[in-house]
Amino acid sequence: MNELRTEGLTLRYREKPAFADVSLSVRPGSLTAIVGPSGCGKTSFLNCLNRLTDLIPGATASGSIRLGDLEILKPDLDVVSLRRRVGMIFQKPNPFPLSIRKNLEFPLREHGVRGRAELDGILERTLREVGLWDEVKDRLGSSAMSLSGGQQQRLCFARALALQPEILLLDEPCSALDPLSSGVVEDLIVRLKQRYTLLAVTHNLAQARRIADVVAVFWVQEGAGRLIEVGPAAQVFEAPRDPLTAAYVNGMRG
Amino acid sequence: MSDRAAATIVWAVAISVTGVFLWLLADIVWHGFGQISWGFLTSLPRDAGRQGGLSSILVATALILLVCMAASLPLGVGTAVLLSEFSRESLFGRGVRRSLDVLAGVPSIVFGLFGNAFFSKVLGMGFSILSGGLTLACMVLPILIRATEEGLRSAPNEYRLGAAALGVSRTKTLLHLLIPAAIPGLMVGFVLGLGRAIAETAALLFTSGYVDRMPESLLDSGRALTLHIYDLSMNVPGGDRSAYGTALVLILLLFAINSAAWGIAGRWRDRRIVTE
Repeated sequence: MNELRTEGLTLRYREKPAFADVSLSVRPGSLTAIVGPSGCGKTSFLNCLNRLTDLIPGATASGSIRLGDLEILKPDLDVVSLRRRVGMIFQKPNPFPLSIRKNLEFPLREHGVRGRAELDGILERTLREVGLWDEVKDRLGSSAMSLSGGQQQRLCFARALALQPEILLLDEPCSALDPLSSGVVEDLIVRLKQRYTLLAVTHNLAQARRIADVVAVFWVQEGAGRLIEVGPAAQVFEAPRDPLTAAYVNGMRG
Repeated sequence: MSDRAAATIVWAVAISVTGVFLWLLADIVWHGFGQISWGFLTSLPRDAGRQGGLSSILVATALILLVCMAASLPLGVGTAVLLSEFSRESLFGRGVRRSLDVLAGVPSIVFGLFGNAFFSKVLGMGFSILSGGLTLACMVLPILIRATEEGLRSAPNEYRLGAAALGVSRTKTLLHLLIPAAIPGLMVGFVLGLGRAIAETAALLFTSGYVDRMPESLLDSGRALTLHIYDLSMNVPGGDRSAYGTALVLILLLFAINSAAWGIAGRWRDRRIVTE
């Protein structure tokens, strides 16, 4: 697995910086949680890593993002193959308005997987991986919109995993779900941790503490989001070095 | 007391508006119903339309609409995609949108004169079904484009982001997710456009002409239903009964087109959900 590393990464919307000068290394095969108050650029940071910022008019990223030897910010980068390597899960489950089967097959076909047997194999494997197979195997042809919120989110995980990414970006993947579904998805994330590099934005500090290996704290300083502290989860929560971090994690505790 | 007065006024307005429409409809049905028969629909008009039927008129109308939709659908969907997906904020996009809004308000007689000058004369199509259909296409394009664009815009942004995050190209996202999601909007535009086209008289007067024999090709002149009604009621003494019959056919056609369009739209969306 390749290491993902940002150096002096800054993202501007027109002139206004969303976050500035973020240098962060993500250890392969671990879960890094990004925490911090709203509006400090956590989601924008995530969107840079798979170049989803290309879709936002006026957004420009500077600095460097490296995935192994690949410079992600290179202008002529093949974003299609980048996004195959760096998958993403959104806050609100966003299955396509197609059948459960087609939700998985549509992106796979786009990436050149065409054989019926191969598609069926990947379908079953990924749906089992996210614990959805037994729930949906008899109704793969029905609309993905008929699934519950938690099931939809797990389908989105399956859809991303079907492309065999190295890294999964998770943008508050549990926050739009009810507590029970949220628990199921959290267990799924823990299971995925061994095989993928995970980078998760979360507002849920208790959750970050339960499942994260490394915690990165973002904070708004001088009009832009900045990375103020990063370290092993236990250290950030028990012995934060930055007073802002201390206030943030303690405030949330009380 | 004032609430009751307000309620009375609102009801009175509603009833009189509906009443006008119902009266109009009843009048046409009352006078036209006796006219309609299989023979009326399938025979050629005789004696300037006083006798005989509508067959050549129906064929000409269908051909004009066919030309109109064949030209305007691809152009309309293409422009709507450009506006909604590729130049949403740009100066160019705003310019195109503004011109379309102006075009949508241009009186049809102006389109008729333009069609006559451009299609009939400059392009040498003369008074023909082709020339009439293309003129109508220009007229319905603004409606079609704006309705389709609204349909595309109403497709949730999550589809775009979700598909992009999976490495799906913009073209495939459009074809498989956004355009299907815009089908209801497209259908609204299509029905409104078709309604405007089938009801159009002035623009056709100058372009497709009013010869009432059976058209032999798209370059033949042909008389549309509306023009037939106009001619029968204004220029042909004793043509009133046929005019009523034709008007009823026109209204029934409009109803049929509306219901067919909604039926097709519904089925199309359902089919996409089901596995192949």
